This record gives sequence, structure tokens and C-alpha cells, in this order.
Amino acid sequence: MIVPWGETRLVQGNEAVALGAVAAGIDLFAGYPITPSTEIAELLAKYLPLIDKKWIQMEDEIASISALIGARLAGSKSMTATSGPGFSLMQEGLGYACMTEVPFVLVNVMRGGPSTGLPTQVAQGDVMQARWGTHGDHPIIVLAPSNVRECFELTVRAFNLSETFRTPVILLPDEVIGHMRERIVFPNKEDVHVVPMAVPDVPVEWYEHYHESASNVSPMASFGTGYRYHVTGLTHDVHGFPTRKESEVIAKMNRLKHKITRRLDELEDVQMHDVEDSSVVIFAYGSVYRSALAAQAILKKRRKKVGVFRPVTLWPFPDRTVKENLDSKDVILVPELNQGQMIHEVERMTKDSVRVVPLQRIDGYEITPEEIVDAVMEVI
Amino acid sequence: MSATIPYEYKYLRAKKRFPHVWCSGCGIGIVMGSIVRAVDAMGWEKDDIVMVSGIGCTSRMPVYVDFNTLHTTHGRGLAFGTGVKMANPDLNVMAVMGDGDSLAIGGNHIIHAARRNIDITAIIVNNNNYGMTGGQFSPTTPPGARTSTTPYGMIEPCFDVCRLMDGAGASFVARGTVYHITELDNMIQMAFRKKGFSVVEVLAPCPTNFGRANRQGGPVEMMKLLRDNTINKSQLKAMKPEQAKDKVVRGIFVDRNSISYGDRYEALCEKAKKAAEAEK
Ligand SMILES: Cc1ncc(C[n+]2csc(CCOP(=O)(O)OP(=O)(O)O)c2C)c(N)n1
Ligand code: SF4
Ligand SMILES: [Mg+2]
Repeated sequence: MIVPWGETRLVQGNEAVALGAVAAGIDLFAGYPITPSTEIAELLAKYLPLIDKKWIQMEDEIASISALIGARLAGSKSMTATSGPGFSLMQEGLGYACMTEVPFVLVNVMRGGPSTGLPTQVAQGDVMQARWGTHGDHPIIVLAPSNVRECFELTVRAFNLSETFRTPVILLPDEVIGHMRERIVFPNKEDVHVVPMAVPDVPVEWYEHYHESASNVSPMASFGTGYRYHVTGLTHDVHGFPTRKESEVIAKMNRLKHKITRRLDELEDVQMHDVEDSSVVIFAYGSVYRSALAAQAILKKRRKKVGVFRPVTLWPFPDRTVKENLDSKDVILVPELNQGQMIHEVERMTKDSVRVVPLQRIDGYEITPEEIVDAVMEVI
Repeated sequence: MSATIPYEYKYLRAKKRFPHVWCSGCGIGIVMGSIVRAVDAMGWEKDDIVMVSGIGCTSRMPVYVDFNTLHTTHGRGLAFGTGVKMANPDLNVMAVMGDGDSLAIGGNHIIHAARRNIDITAIIVNNNNYGMTGGQFSPTTPPGARTSTTPYGMIEPCFDVCRLMDGAGASFVARGTVYHITELDNMIQMAFRKKGFSVVEVLAPCPTNFGRANRQGGPVEMMKLLRDNTINKSQLKAMKPEQAKDKVVRGIFVDRNSISYGDRYEALCEKAKKAAEAEK
């Protein structure tokens, strides 16, 4: 038994990701080592042969993500783990998977960038790359854990969402979350919901690889099951064959967009603490959310009331919920481990009269609760 | 009275996919014919075949054949194929690629596929240039040759694909041409039969780009060049070194038995499980 179901354990964030992958039914891992994600690859190299699942270290990150896509098309749930420089190399395959609607999970443990940057230190500089890193309009789902238990749970959720929406899902812990250790209680096996790979239930002649449906998602047959079809990164029709026909091109692009935008409720995941009756709110995600909660507690003792708003799903961005809850505030403080990325989304969803104030740290260290407290004291 | 229908049709996609994109006189279609005949000779079910490719004129092939087909990104066909083969070792996986696709942008993937000895058959259509993008030089453009990016002649040396693959560890390596078609059918069949990584380099004309840029004449003249400028390995012995000097050698250069990646991985799982059992 690899996952210690129902037990209490002291585990590392990256370890919880690896265990979450096993819990979600991973069939194949392909990757290329890079700090601070390497533990995920190393642990799965140990676990997967024990349960007759596949593991391979490819020659680079482009090969890794390509292998994942091939594997899922042949019926294997797959995952890779990387960081900054490797994430950049994976953008090619990510776009291919979005276009061809092949599910898998990509874990990017964020470190300082750009380029080789600060390999062992924390940053949140990849949140925009996660959204727009690959070329062209495309759908994407991105989840950001803030503690070790969430590393486990959100990995399972990432697999589930990727199957449900037939698209790659990015898990985006930052280095602090990937490397921290916490005592967590693992759920019981029967309490973990795992979405199986959908299979078509139509006769072969009726199969369309991208069948039009209300959800804009159709079950994907695996190679070798009798449904022979074509897959291409070229814009394609419902069968998967290349097309330049206007109506078919537009239908494809809309399908990619609408499968996300028309089901936002299933994707949105935000946590709000005292947001409703506070005029000052801290907007934070990932490891910074922990500091935000700690800062809130310190401020409470000083009889200063602030709210905390945290998106768990970073993309699609919770537009409506931000607007509904933050548009009437006086000040929104956005602490981030970058030079200002998600702050622009907050600004986009709030009117000019709301003061949106940045708090940025870019030296590879976490933002402390005290820094947030000081920043709040300055604005109120 | 019903006419006999050529069996090749069984392996081609009936609807919408023809006419194909290739120029008249292009060698790629001939390679496709050879693959189809070899598949038929193997007796494989279409459902059990996966054809992957990258990007290029050659890599357009999968759209025409009625297998599980995967047209990927430039150079990555073998990396996708590696995932397919690992996920389902029962599938017969082949990768068709151009010289640029397999050896320039995909160079890293092919040497590692060979080193790993993953059970995939790679078919490289070598037309000495980037056909699809208008005839730029590739890693197999001969020294001195003209292409759209070597207007003064190619100054880089070129790869010997077969020696490269031998050195990287492939189990089967052969070179044929689209002129010597029986020989090619046979090579592809042997490559399919081989467990492990097999490579067939197929010399083919690109009259539209390489042929025109180097004044090699039309499709017929380019076929004649393949006939006259190549010799089979078996002819070598009877020739004087100076006679063979400018000839490209066809034939099977590597045919060895080494354990495929898939078999090694399976053994690894058994070993890991036994060790875990012993620890209990
Ligand atoms: C990443 C990337 N770079 C460049 C291209 C443009 N491109 C398309 S095909 C090709 C070369 C094809 O040459 P080859 O592999 O020899 O195939 P051929 O067309 O000759 O069969 C290039 C450079 C691309 N599609 N993707
Ligand atoms: S450009 Fe060259 S390789 Fe491409 S289809 Fe035409 S002849 Fe063939
Ligand atoms: Mg070429």
C-alpha cells in the first residue's frame, strides 16, 4: 500500500503530490529532473513499478510532455512534474494537448526566474505563463495549493478535472509548499472521489473524436480499442481531420473556449475569511495565503479587521466572485512573490475607486505575516 | 461481375482524405505504399497499429492511412510514440519522419529512442532538405548543395543516418530508396518484425525543392539518380574502392538482438516487487 490511507503522517508537499497522483490512479509518469520538483519524480520512480505502473525519465521536458500525451491517447492517466525552465520547454506540448483535448496533469513547482533564476528558492512568477505560456487562444485550468494536505487533494482534483474537461490541468505549488513538511491525516480510500477515464459507448462507425455536445466535451476513445481516429495539432473537424473551413475552425475554437467558460461553477474554488464585513481585504494565493491568514490573526489582536480572499483555482480566474465581493472595498492588498501578476486581474475586476495595493517580494524568500501586517497598517 | 479491388485500399482512409498533399513526383507516397504492403505482410490488425509523425511533408502521411494516427509537433513523433508504446505495449508503433524532423529538431529524441531500444519502427524519408517549408537545408543536405538557405552551397558536413543510429544503439538499421522498391518493402517488413528500436532510412526525391535547386531534373531524372548513385552492400565486395567512392550504400547495416525497453521495464517491476516483498 503506497498511500497511507486513513493514517496520520509527516510528509513533504512534493511527497503529497506523488501520493495524490497514486490515489488518483496515475498510470504513467514521464519527466526530467529539476529543482524544486525532483522529489515528485524520485518518489514515483520508487512507487510506480511496485504497482505495475509506468515511469520514464525522458531526454528533456519536451519529450516528457510529448510522452504523456501519447500515453493518455493509449489509455493511461499521466502526469509530469517540473519547474520554471522545464515549464518553458513544456509549453509546446501543453498547447498541443489543449488543441487535441488530451487530459493529463502538469505539476510546476514555482522557483525564482526568469531563466535559471533562483533554483532553490520560492517565487510566484509563473502564474501568467501558466495561463498564457503556450501560443494561441487556449483553455487552461490551474490550481494552487497552500498546504501539504492540499498538495494531495488538489493533485487528485487536477486528475479529475483533466478527465472531466478533457484538457491538461496545471498544479502550481510554489517552492515553499513543495518543500514544506506538515503532519496530515490521509483520507480513507473510499472517501476519495476518482473520475475514471470516460470511454465512448457508440458503435465504431458513429464515433467522432470531438463529438459536439452540450458540455463541449465528449468521451475520448483510446488507441487500440477499435476506434481508429486521427489526432493532429492542425485545426481539425469533429473527426480530427485538418480543416480550414471557416465554420469548422470557429466551432473548434469555440468548443475549446466554452468547455471552460460555460462551466465555471465546477471550476471555481475560493476561500473567503471575514471578507464581507471588512473594508480592507488581502488577496493571496499559494504560500502567501498562509502568511495572509497569520497576518489577519495578528491584526485581529490589534483590533484591526481585515478580510482574506484566496483563489484555490487560479485559472479560470474567479471574475464574478471577485467582482461581487471585492468591488465595494476600500483597499485590496495583493502580496505576491513576483513583480505584479495576479494584481492585474484584481484590478481588472474592481472599479477605479478601489485602491489595489501591491506588496511584492522577489528575492527568493517568502512574504512574512509581519510584512503583510505592516503593509496593512500603512494603508488603513 | 465485380472487379478485384487492390488490397491496399483496405489500409487507406476512404473519405475526404484524397487527393493527398504531395507534389507529383514526390517520393513520400511510394514510402507509404511500401509501409502498407509491409503491414499487410505482417498480418497486423489496423486497430493495433499506431502511426505517429512530426511535422513536414513526410509527416502528413498518417492522415491517409486507416490506423490509429498521431500527427504531432515538429520533431517529437518518437517522444509521443514512446508514451504510446509504454502505455500499451501490445500496439505496433511506427514513426514516419522527415530528415529535418527526425535529425535536426528531433535529433535528441531519436538518439535516446535508439539508446533505450524502445520497440518502435522509425521510417525516415530522407529527401535532403526541408520540403514542407520550401527547401531549406537539413542535417542530411550534402556538402556544397544548394537550398534556399544555402544560396552559396552547404558548408556543414551531413549526418550518415545509419552510422548515427548504429552508434546510438538501434537494434535494426537499414537504408533503402524509393527506386529499389522490393528491397524497401523487405527492409520495412524486417524492421517491423524486429523487437526493439529499428530504423529504415529511405532516400527519396523532392523534385519541387531540392531537385530544382540543384538542377537534378524532374521526377524521372531524380529516380534515375537513385538508381545510378546507390549500390547494395552486397555489390561492394566485387567493386574496386574507387568505383564505390561516390556511391551511397544501401542495405541492412545493423540487425542485432538486444532487450527492448519495454521488456527491461517489465523485469524492473518484478524486481522491485520482489524486493518490497522481501522487506516485509
Ligand atoms: C517548432 C517548429 N519549428 C519550425 C516549424 C516549421 N517547419 C515545418 S516542417 C519543417 C521541416 C520539414 O522538413 P523535413 O522534416 O525534412 O520533412 P519534409 O517536409 O522534407 O518531408 C519546418 C522547419 C514547425 N512546424 N515547428
Ligand atoms: S515539397 Fe518536396 S517533399 Fe514536399 S511534397 Fe513536394 S516534392 Fe514532396
Ligand atoms: Mg526532408
